Amino acid sequence: MAKTDTAGRLLTTPIFKNNPIALQILGICSALAVTNSMQTSLVMGLAVIVVTAFSNMFVSLIRHHIPSSIRIIVQMTIIASLVIVVDQVLRAFAYGLSQQLSVFVGLIITNCIVMGRAEAYAMQNGPAMSFLDGIGNGLGYAFILLAVGFFRELLGSGSVFGFTVLPTVNDGGWYVPNGLMLLPPSAFFVIGLLIWAIRSFNPEQVEKNEFNITTNTKTTTEAA
Amino acid sequence: MGIRQLLDKAEPHFHKGGQYERFYALYEAVDTIFYTPPSVTSATSHVRDGIDLKRVMITVWLFTFPAMFFGMYNVGLQANVAIAQGFGDMGGWREAIVMALAGGHNPESIWANFILGATWFVPIYAVTFIVGGFWEVLFAIRRGHEVNEGFFVTSVLFALILPATVPLWQVALGITFGVVIGKEVFGGTGKNFLNPALTGRAFLYFAYPAQLSGDSVWVPADGYSGATALSTAAQGGVDQLVQQTPWINAFLGFIQGSVGETSTLLILLAGVALIWTRIASWRIIAGVFVGMVVTSTLFNLIGSDTNPMFALPWYWHLAIGGFAFGMVFMATDPVSASMTNTGKLIFGALIGFMTVLIRVANPAFPEGIMLAILFANLFAPLIDHFVVQANIKRRQKRLMPSRDEEVA
Repeated sequence: MAKTDTAGRLLTTPIFKNNPIALQILGICSALAVTNSMQTSLVMGLAVIVVTAFSNMFVSLIRHHIPSSIRIIVQMTIIASLVIVVDQVLRAFAYGLSQQLSVFVGLIITNCIVMGRAEAYAMQNGPAMSFLDGIGNGLGYAFILLAVGFFRELLGSGSVFGFTVLPTVNDGGWYVPNGLMLLPPSAFFVIGLLIWAIRSFNPEQVEKNEFNITTNTKTTTEAA
Repeated sequence: MGIRQLLDKAEPHFHKGGQYERFYALYEAVDTIFYTPPSVTSATSHVRDGIDLKRVMITVWLFTFPAMFFGMYNVGLQANVAIAQGFGDMGGWREAIVMALAGGHNPESIWANFILGATWFVPIYAVTFIVGGFWEVLFAIRRGHEVNEGFFVTSVLFALILPATVPLWQVALGITFGVVIGKEVFGGTGKNFLNPALTGRAFLYFAYPAQLSGDSVWVPADGYSGATALSTAAQGGVDQLVQQTPWINAFLGFIQGSVGETSTLLILLAGVALIWTRIASWRIIAGVFVGMVVTSTLFNLIGSDTNPMFALPWYWHLAIGGFAFGMVFMATDPVSASMTNTGKLIFGALIGFMTVLIRVANPAFPEGIMLAILFANLFAPLIDHFVVQANIKRRQKRLMPSRDEEVA
């Protein structure tokens, strides 16, 4: 796998072909929690891109010096330091947003995507490629977050990035906002529908049936 | 037989290679409304019975009619009483129909009440049927399975548990969610683990709480606002509730509420008929009932100084809100309920328990039956699993002593 990786593929494959959320079903918690507006989705996406990219790079730089038995701890230390840096930067320059994101920036440490890429890719590949791989997977994550955030903010508050698109009834418009979209469970529905859409375009992502379902009436009548 | 010949003549066009091949699902649906489905089980031993899925579903559909017709009458009655008290009518084309057919707003006249209620309920049901039917047929055609009468039940149940004044576009959205997300994404009829009608209503309830709950959505009279029996009970307790409505009125259904849920008597009669025809499981109904009685009695005994709902006796719980409707029509959905006999009792008891718990202990939701049934739906497979495992263990134990003897 490592031989055939080109820079372009590293960046683009995780967006549709091998999306960390839609195909690997990783990082779902934060995707539920922070996607009720585009702005928080974007900041969260950027934060994860930065953390994944740099943690991949640093892990890759010292990969020959990490004793295998304590590699998880070393990776965690690197990731945690980066998350603290990101958190502090957000507090310094975008305090309101960091309040909205609350614990979820800190919880990037536990995001399976970051850890998974460090373990699965950065430990075997060079720093430049690992950096790109981190950016690519972060982009895949950010893409889903933005898509979910777009639908949730548009349908839940009638706006995109805070700009009113569908004027709501409360402000004298016609759009009745969908309250469910502001609640975290709605992200489940949106992510599920996104996965459905992505798999319609890439049928190879569909898992095999665990067991065969009996053929339906139409085929049996035709067979008879 | 004219219909049979007509259908036989049309049939070849819908088979493979025929002109309307893609619409086979539609042909099949029409054919099997009138005649027995042609596909019968041919392999292995199988109980043969005249009643199949289609007949089961259509029977449930018919048995909702008493509650439905009474519901229309009651919506009109509530509105006409309010209008007689001086509230305005809602105007629009509905008012024009009422004036043309009934000529006024006389709460004494059964006909005037019925017509007024029908102008609200019939559009809801029509939208439910057309929009939900569209999705049902679309998925049937795409996936090559058949449309069946299960949708008749889903549609009528969904329409009956909505408040009369709900906007029609919300009805369309709700049934879309119920059919597509609640049923079709899991593979269609028989593969859904949630009750589709309740899934649709839960979606609307959380998405548009202002139109689905509160004090002013139940009665279609302009500016009218009146607390439902449940919210009166939550605020003022039994004493205030009795002042507002005598128990017998609540039991007969002369209270405000979702269209089809008010008349506990008619719903229970339908329940008896469903049990007698062995369509609804008596175990589930008994489970829900006993669970409700035990839990509410428990709350009565505990008592509370701050929460008047603690003191609400079980016969009030039965008569107000959607409890009876949920117990008879929703909990007994054979697909989303537990399958084993013991499991059905546990499943029912869980619903009864959760309903009272939500009604009494949760201040955010006045009514609990919808969430309780959806909650129990999620647990149904787990309950079945444990019942089956327990049975296996019990039988293994029976086997054990003999084995020990052999070893000795």
